[in-house]
Amino acid sequence: MTDHRITEHPILPIPEYEEIEFFWKNQPLKAHKGETIAAALFANGIQVFGHHQKDGSPLGIFCANGQCSQCMVIADGKPLKSCMEPVIENMHVYPNDGHPVLPVVTQAPQMKPIREISIPVLVIGGGPAGLSAAIELGKLGVECILVDDKHRLGGKLVLQTHRFFGSTEAVYAGTRGIDIATKLEKEVRAIPSIKIWTRSICLAVYSDKKVGVLKDGKEYVLINPQILLVATGAREKFLAFKGNTLPGVYGAGAFQTLVNRDLVKPSEKLFIVGGGNVGLIAGYHALQAGIGVVGLVEALPECGGYKVHKDKLVRMGVPIYTSHTILSANGTDKVESVTIAKVNEKFKPIPGTELSFACDSVLIAVGLDPVNEFYQKAVDFGVTAFVAGDAEEIAEASAAIFSGKIKGYEVAKAMGLPVGEIPPAWYQTGEILKSKPGNIKEEDQPDLQAGVIPVLHCNQEIPCDPCSALCPQGLIVVDKKDIRSVPSFIGNNYCCKACLRCVAGCPGLAITLVDYRANPDKPIVSIPYEFSRETLNLADRVTILDTEGNNLGEAEILHIYALQANDRTLVVQVEANREIATRIAGIKVQAETITHPMYQYVDHMEDDTIICRCEHVTAGEIRALIRKGYHDINEIKTVTRAAMGACGAKTCATLIRRLFAEEGIPPNQVIDPSKRPLFIEVPLGTFAGENAEDEPR
Amino acid sequence: MSNHQNYDVIIIGAGSLGTPAAYYLAKSGRKVLVLESVPSVGQGSNKRAIGGIRATHSDPAKIRLCLRSIEIFSNFKETFGDEIEWDPCGYTFVAYTPREEKILKDLLTIQKSYGLVNDWYDRDEFLRIVPDLNPEGLIGGTFSPGDGSASPLLSNHAYYTHACEEGAEFRFSEPVIGMKVKNDRIVAVNTCCDEYSADIVVNAAGADAAEIGRMAGIDLPVRPDSHEAAITEPVARFLGPMIVDIRPAPGSSNYYFYQHLTGQIIFCITPSPNIWGTDINETSSFLPMVASRMINVMPRLKNIRVRRTWRGLYPMTPDGFPIFGWSPQISNFLLGVGLCGQGFMLGPSMGELLTRVANQELQPDDDETLGFLSPSRKFEGQEQLK
Repeated sequence: MTDHRITEHPILPIPEYEEIEFFWKNQPLKAHKGETIAAALFANGIQVFGHHQKDGSPLGIFCANGQCSQCMVIADGKPLKSCMEPVIENMHVYPNDGHPVLPVVTQAPQMKPIREISIPVLVIGGGPAGLSAAIELGKLGVECILVDDKHRLGGKLVLQTHRFFGSTEAVYAGTRGIDIATKLEKEVRAIPSIKIWTRSICLAVYSDKKVGVLKDGKEYVLINPQILLVATGAREKFLAFKGNTLPGVYGAGAFQTLVNRDLVKPSEKLFIVGGGNVGLIAGYHALQAGIGVVGLVEALPECGGYKVHKDKLVRMGVPIYTSHTILSANGTDKVESVTIAKVNEKFKPIPGTELSFACDSVLIAVGLDPVNEFYQKAVDFGVTAFVAGDAEEIAEASAAIFSGKIKGYEVAKAMGLPVGEIPPAWYQTGEILKSKPGNIKEEDQPDLQAGVIPVLHCNQEIPCDPCSALCPQGLIVVDKKDIRSVPSFIGNNYCCKACLRCVAGCPGLAITLVDYRANPDKPIVSIPYEFSRETLNLADRVTILDTEGNNLGEAEILHIYALQANDRTLVVQVEANREIATRIAGIKVQAETITHPMYQYVDHMEDDTIICRCEHVTAGEIRALIRKGYHDINEIKTVTRAAMGACGAKTCATLIRRLFAEEGIPPNQVIDPSKRPLFIEVPLGTFAGENAEDEPR
Repeated sequence: MSNHQNYDVIIIGAGSLGTPAAYYLAKSGRKVLVLESVPSVGQGSNKRAIGGIRATHSDPAKIRLCLRSIEIFSNFKETFGDEIEWDPCGYTFVAYTPREEKILKDLLTIQKSYGLVNDWYDRDEFLRIVPDLNPEGLIGGTFSPGDGSASPLLSNHAYYTHACEEGAEFRFSEPVIGMKVKNDRIVAVNTCCDEYSADIVVNAAGADAAEIGRMAGIDLPVRPDSHEAAITEPVARFLGPMIVDIRPAPGSSNYYFYQHLTGQIIFCITPSPNIWGTDINETSSFLPMVASRMINVMPRLKNIRVRRTWRGLYPMTPDGFPIFGWSPQISNFLLGVGLCGQGFMLGPSMGELLTRVANQELQPDDDETLGFLSPSRKFEGQEQLK
């Protein structure tokens, strides 16, 4: 069986693992000790984990986050979510086809009372916002419990291999997400007043103001916080299209988890839906992991993400289809191809514009919704509560870090601690970091072609300033008052010392350096490069591209620098013609053959589009009810079972609301389904105190 | 605002009783209007019922009514064409102490006299019916194979669809805010948006029944108390009947669970003392309490995963029996209130009975049933299997 592991990566270290054996349908397979069952199966090329009890359609990984139950397998007789449970030596894993059999138990286990713990502050979520808040509280000596559902802290930061945007001063801009996670984790773990519970998921905020937490994935504990700080981040929106439940259709978070955390290759050829930062970055991560990116569709006329992220992807050779949408993912047991079409100004597909591409995976990145239900419940139940980061408002992780810091102070203030007033400038910075990408300016080209000069291929107003801190002479300037302004080089052609720090350090890989000193007709252009060193050789001829991805011809590689200070970004120097030297922005990495459309488009004529993927309820069923006059989603739930499944309407609720919008029903006339605990499914024995620890003291 | 006068019957409440009653009344030719405060059908206490349907009661009225309900539920698909997830799974009441053994055995006499098939089984025989029960300390229990379960959501919604087909009108998101009474008759029912009148006004307002009564100037001894319930993930069928454990324990007087046709375990606990009021927000005490009780009786349940919890209201009466019949004070006010958490199982047969009362077409047994449930009774007895 082929090994689907990532064995080299330009950014991520490949750790040494102890190999263990487990069984899939009685067949022995190899796994890495400590990885999830899902990762082990993926590493062995197995992506169909079971079949749906309603219609027998294949099931596999969808959220990779413990939220849905699509990845359920039967492991050593127990139904388990394979994305959350580690594989164990000699474990026997079987697909979950239909309903699992509950293992027979003849003796009641020992059950203990559920522990109740009182604490001044409970922080839910150990991502950028929660960690920053906890650090601020910890500095003030406030006792906190911080719970996070993952094995390690950092939230989605741990999946981000790219260098962050934002403000160097306020939020570690220029540092990679994974490294920010490490820094924050180290800082928070050093604070004695903060208790950290990893693998601990919040299940419910109750009306008696207690918070139910599944500690270490096994012990149910009730926490009585004086103040609750909710930093639960965001969940991905999903999209209704034919074939959207096929294994191989993932949310961006799931894909990044498999690739960047589990270091498995879920795909050889990926297609991306959504041109926001999440989709663009996921595309870049895929390329870095050696996964081909066939293309990206964005329904709007322009990508919503940062232009530098888009440019980066385009320069790697990924075609971006704006004003296009996905019509279907096609295949029988998993994705084999995808069909897209152009959309009109009302976002309706235009017949005759369909194109199909061969691919094995589709990544959905069509926006995020705040995970704010715990905060809502806390407010409803009169718990003193604060909300930070994406759970409050969707923005970049840099904004979440700063939002957490502010909320940490607000919590301290609410506790009556003498922290003084929070400086108004903080709120300003917070707002700047949250801002959406702004105007695009004409790219400046240097007037004089002589000496050494950096070229800033960065012409959109975004909150980002690391370049200004990189130049040892301070020649790159970003307005300190508002870091959204585009940077400018204030030197002339003879003051840059060509140290290359700006080239290697720009998070957008948007700075090149043109050096005319040796030969003014054949200047040397330094280009940032974040792929494996092995992909390039000296004297190779590579395709060079401008900012927008236009082909500028070929150039010969003269040097490749991999300095420690460059933090894994390589600098590649090519010799270029004088005419194009300042326009060069990148080196093409992906061959064109992978991105070619198929000769004929694949029309997917199977069942109607699935809206509720837990209960397999189609858009047709729900639309018929809306047309009958149903406005209460609770009634739709009653009749169809949509929103009754394992995920608790986390995926379908927004899709159902979208169906209402399509039918012309204004949102204020639609009744939302009632929200009830639990956040995820948990065994009954856990609530009975089967794994409870003794009361301390 | 205009007064709409062209109705025979106004039903307040599109829930467990109001909806089937609307169907049977409309089918009998009556012009029916149903007023409901929430946006769609069965969204009050009906959808919070766990779906158990039993005739295994302790009094002739409910035994008779529920036997008829079971007849309706079990033929629902043939009669109406709707899938309501009816499952003739039966009910078991378990006895782990001599106290329950005595209560259950004592009740058999009256239950059998009203045609109920219910029998006592000693430990080993009982374990053959429910193999996964904890045998330790088990004395035995009763099993009534004729009882069953169905989906309250689907049943109530089916009744709604058929009531509409029969011409009943439903007004949703239209709470009743007042009534005009003249000469001991309700002459108008006022909602947030309109005024209606009819020959007969039915109070089927569930947990709001006392408040609706007050609008007509009468006191109804109906007081909601709150019970919490939950549903699990679906698993392959392993559990036959509903399990009811009436042993009191700290915090609860009994609890019950069954495996629904979808494969999910649904369970509920009766708090003790009662939690009076209309609060239906989730509490932290429910799951730990019910989970340990359930696992003690059925250890196999320890690995099933709980999916969702909710809380619903039991409109209780002083003696634990429904209040049904004409109001002694208001001559055109028909009461179907205080169903004590059994509205779902009583709904179909009580909807029929309500139609017979409204149409003055009583059957021979009805007088006895109505006598037991009379609004003017003294509320001195006490239901033993609440």
